[in-house]
Amino acid sequence: VGQRREGESMKNPLDSLWGTIISGLVLTVILYFVVKSILT
Amino acid sequence: MDYVPALARWIHFMAGVMWIGLLYYFNFVQVAALKAAAADGTAAGISKHVAPRALLFFRWAAVVTWLAGAALLGGQFVNAFLLRGGMAGIGVGAWLGTIMLFNVWALIWPNQKKILGLKPATDEEKNRARRVAFLASRTNTMLSIPMLFFMAGGWSHRAIFGL
Repeated sequence: VGQRREGESMKNPLDSLWGTIISGLVLTVILYFVVKSILT
Repeated sequence: MDYVPALARWIHFMAGVMWIGLLYYFNFVQVAALKAAAADGTAAGISKHVAPRALLFFRWAAVVTWLAGAALLGGQFVNAFLLRGGMAGIGVGAWLGTIMLFNVWALIWPNQKKILGLKPATDEEKNRARRVAFLASRTNTMLSIPMLFFMAGGWSHRAIFGL
């Protein structure tokens, strides 16, 4: 459990449009809190 | 001198719409269209007549957007890039835009020249160029999401950061 099978490779989220959009949204949330901590 | 930032903002918006609009065209339309066109043998029309024109406006709009943005920051340019003086919000947007500009000129355009046959390349080099250009373009699409968030609210709507 939790281990990848031999020969199985991780998929790049940027290969799909939804993966790209979700990655962008996650990055937005992370950067929002980074900026908030700098500004306050 | 109020007309300078107003003019810079106007140009920044117009060039930015062209840059990011073409970026979204490439990622949301052309990638899938080229795949479908390759299947029925009509991809050459896009590669020969559409992509080079789109890339011309794409890469120069990126330059104009960045320069107009720098002019708009004016005396706050250094503070923004050093994330100080209350400029961290717009500064993060500026950094993301700068990384995207680098991707356009250092990764996407040089590799697209090989793909489109504007620069000699072997089939192996073209295949590698396709992958690098694709991932750089997708990276820019991903970065455009936080970039637009911080551009939209990082300077003029700082209440979103609890200020």
